[in-house]
Amino acid sequence: MQRTPVRWNRLVASVVALIVLLAAPLARAQLSIEITGAGANRIPIAIVPFAGEAALPPGLSSIVRADLERSGLFRGLEVPTLIPHPTEASNVDYAEWRSRLADALVLGSVAARPDGRFEVRFRLYDVVKQTSLGGVAFTLAKEQVRATAHRIADYVYEKLTGQRGVFSTRIAYVVKRGSRYELQIADADGAGEETALASFEPIISPAWSPGGKRLAYVSFENKKPVVYVHSLLDGKRRVVANFKGSNSAPAWSPDGSKLAVSLSREGGSQLYLINPDGSGVRRLTSSSAIDTEPRFSPDGQWIYFTSDRGGSPQIYRMPADGGPAQRVTFDGNYNVSPRISPDGKSLAYIARNDGKFQVTLLDLATQQTQILTDSDRDESPSFAPNGRMILFATVIGGRGVLSAVSVDGGVKQRLTVTAGDVREPAWGPFIK
Amino acid sequence: MRRAIWIVALTALLAACAGTGGEQAPAAVEDRSPGAAPGAQSQGVQGKGVTGVDLTGTQAGAMSALKDPANILSKRSVYYDFDKYDIKDEYKPLIEAHAKYLRVHPDAKMLIQGNTDERGSREYNVALGQRRADGVKGMLKLLGAKEDQIESVSLGEEKPKAQGTSEEAYAQNRRSDMLYKGEY
Repeated sequence: MQRTPVRWNRLVASVVALIVLLAAPLARAQLSIEITGAGANRIPIAIVPFAGEAALPPGLSSIVRADLERSGLFRGLEVPTLIPHPTEASNVDYAEWRSRLADALVLGSVAARPDGRFEVRFRLYDVVKQTSLGGVAFTLAKEQVRATAHRIADYVYEKLTGQRGVFSTRIAYVVKRGSRYELQIADADGAGEETALASFEPIISPAWSPGGKRLAYVSFENKKPVVYVHSLLDGKRRVVANFKGSNSAPAWSPDGSKLAVSLSREGGSQLYLINPDGSGVRRLTSSSAIDTEPRFSPDGQWIYFTSDRGGSPQIYRMPADGGPAQRVTFDGNYNVSPRISPDGKSLAYIARNDGKFQVTLLDLATQQTQILTDSDRDESPSFAPNGRMILFATVIGGRGVLSAVSVDGGVKQRLTVTAGDVREPAWGPFIK
Repeated sequence: MRRAIWIVALTALLAACAGTGGEQAPAAVEDRSPGAAPGAQSQGVQGKGVTGVDLTGTQAGAMSALKDPANILSKRSVYYDFDKYDIKDEYKPLIEAHAKYLRVHPDAKMLIQGNTDERGSREYNVALGQRRADGVKGMLKLLGAKEDQIESVSLGEEKPKAQGTSEEAYAQNRRSDMLYKGEY
């Protein structure tokens, strides 16, 4: 009973600190992306500035091009000023575009509507086969230029690669600047960042709910790790796990109905299931070892996790409702942070090799492993929802940065912020 | 006439209110300082209707023991080798002293924070720090401290005491800290 007033004081102090932080003018912390490696065979594509796009805030066609180039699968061609300006309604001079070495072509136009909104129409062409691959019209407010460009890039990407694009998805990450921590959400290209939570205590392990509306994470604002679920639309936060000891490593079940967490409330770090409202706690593992970093397989059948029950930290899996665990990694004496690919066929994790911590990919069918990076302080891998890229944290020149690498190791990107460390990335789901 | 009754009633009410403020007793703080005037029984607020309440009295001696640099109880940290959580012999007298303190002061509460260096997974380091803190808690309990006196938590690699990537900094950060209520 004696603890109550102290707890309240601390809670009030934390809330006040958070409010002060959130009210403070937010320093700009936009991620800038640098492409440090590209695929061997990039599709040459001409994206002609859309007729009339000057009526919109700048960027429409250039964002489409930047998105596609960043994927490492496309090479944007320089396009001269064309008179008359071709649009999606023009007859395409395929011979001309072929002579410019374009395999694909995007033409479009922007028109103002009487209601103050705009209509963007575009069409994608296969220049080699001399055929239209289809087109779409979007109605948008002028603030939606970026979102519209990402949707056009998603369309082009899917038509030309057969895989869903991730340009409209978002990423979460933590920026540390001095003693201040910010949990931020940005577009997949690092633009349009917003701060979901600012604190003077660490924030780690953000995890997106399957629908992309909520984030679970661990905050140390009460001087110990506590698991929260944060609704992004209204900023409402709920304590999910604040038991005696440490509460950490949240992971959503694929249907969003449960979280797997690591709790030490009964001594030692063990895995539990808990409802996102904090009810229904159920213990999953009973080992005398460390069991942490749970992740559900996409089909919800398995939980992959890190355990040192065999003497060194390795990755294991167990049925999602409990049961005996099987060891998954065998090479080396430090394999942690398991993440299953969206198709369930491969496992990304961090392996320590000669003192270097590196993103490694294991093909679960063939048991082949591949080290995907040449950095040495990699942490927290996160698959893009289409499974093509893995976003992770690393340290370059003494600073925390985010990097992304394609699952074949060919495409590499680096995301940095000015005057701060970025860490703990989590790539959000497809937005329906 | 009616007005006179009101005045009497209001005056009585005010007097009653003043009365609830206290019994005009002197503040119950005794001055034992060498310079105190002979015969002084108390100091501080007199005749202003304030009764002093001192909650620090019985704790004062105990707290100074925890803060006195000459007392082993002022030392709070246990350090570990890389990837290890066993308590080295050199820290056993320290833990014994704190166990005795917790036995003698059954109302005392302790928070043990386990920490790691920054290498490796943040979440695995939360678990490793927890194991270090649990180890200290286990030894304190073996030596007579009670479960409800101690909470062991982990800060993982998140709150490094020493910055940098040198082995010296890492060694500083592989640590459990014993903190008493009011210190965290």
